[in-house]
Amino acid sequence: MKQGLLVLGLALALNAQAVEIRQFEDPAKQQIYENLVKELRCLVCQNQSLADSDADLAKDLRTEVYNIIQSGKSEQEAIQFLVDRYGDFVLYNPPLKTTTSLLWLGPFALLLGGGAFLWRHAKRRSAARETEPSLTDDERHRLQELKKKIEG
Amino acid sequence: MRFVIPLIIFLTMVIFLGIGLKLDPREVPSPLIGKPAPAFELPQLADAGKRFGKDNLKGQVSLLNVWASWCVSCRQEHPLLVELAQKNIVPIYGLDYKDSREDGMAWLSRLGNPYVLSAFDADGKVGIDWGVYGVPETFVIDQQGVIRHKHTGPITEEAWQKTLLPLILKLQKEGSAA
Repeated sequence: MKQGLLVLGLALALNAQAVEIRQFEDPAKQQIYENLVKELRCLVCQNQSLADSDADLAKDLRTEVYNIIQSGKSEQEAIQFLVDRYGDFVLYNPPLKTTTSLLWLGPFALLLGGGAFLWRHAKRRSAARETEPSLTDDERHRLQELKKKIEG
Repeated sequence: MRFVIPLIIFLTMVIFLGIGLKLDPREVPSPLIGKPAPAFELPQLADAGKRFGKDNLKGQVSLLNVWASWCVSCRQEHPLLVELAQKNIVPIYGLDYKDSREDGMAWLSRLGNPYVLSAFDADGKVGIDWGVYGVPETFVIDQQGVIRHKHTGPITEEAWQKTLLPLILKLQKEGSAA
């Protein structure tokens, strides 16, 4: 058990070394940089952010972002730099445009459609219940008798 | 009648999943298409003293092929480029991306050199300006220096016949008419 934990700890430590550490003198810039590289998508291993990726290109792009932020430019300018070259694809949080409208509005459309379907279904069922024929007095009496018999 | 709605949902899903299967996630549309090629100024691969820049591409339809000696798919693509260069349809320029000069030169002398000129982009900065994310990539540039098409990955015979060649011929015709 202890050995297992040790191996796991070492593996995690090695993993953390995969991406280089970049230091800023200004903690505010550091924060901007760290948020940015988490929000930008690596183009080589497409399900990883720049912060996670060990790809060569991701490293180069981190350097670009680092230089932009270090030179005092804004977060927006760094994002624009990458979008100009690689398109909206690099953004994990893409802007609402005609090309991305399905992405943004699709879930709401599905929710509305599903809600409408459920509502109609529920209405039909309750309508069916109301029109169910009720028992006559005679039948109700027989039912009581039968219940008594079973319960003894 | 009860089965109509589930059937519609099922068919819709089949259609969308079918489209999803056809899409290639490696194919990221470039925002540079229809825009002037990014300016660059690099040493030539064969001669560090000589420059190669955007002006070298002006006034003609050309291909800019991004390659590297370490790139496996480039090797796969290379024979086709050599063949195309011999046919003399369109000048092919090279951008040797994140390579060493010796390796790049050795690669060309071993496998043949289809390029009119190759620029040497040692640190990959120009590659980033061109939105390169996976070599090989090939850009079609028109007479005005505007990027008209980008092909990601090795050029296949099919891509050449169906997309690249018709586009190049069309652009060459447009240019001579103007």
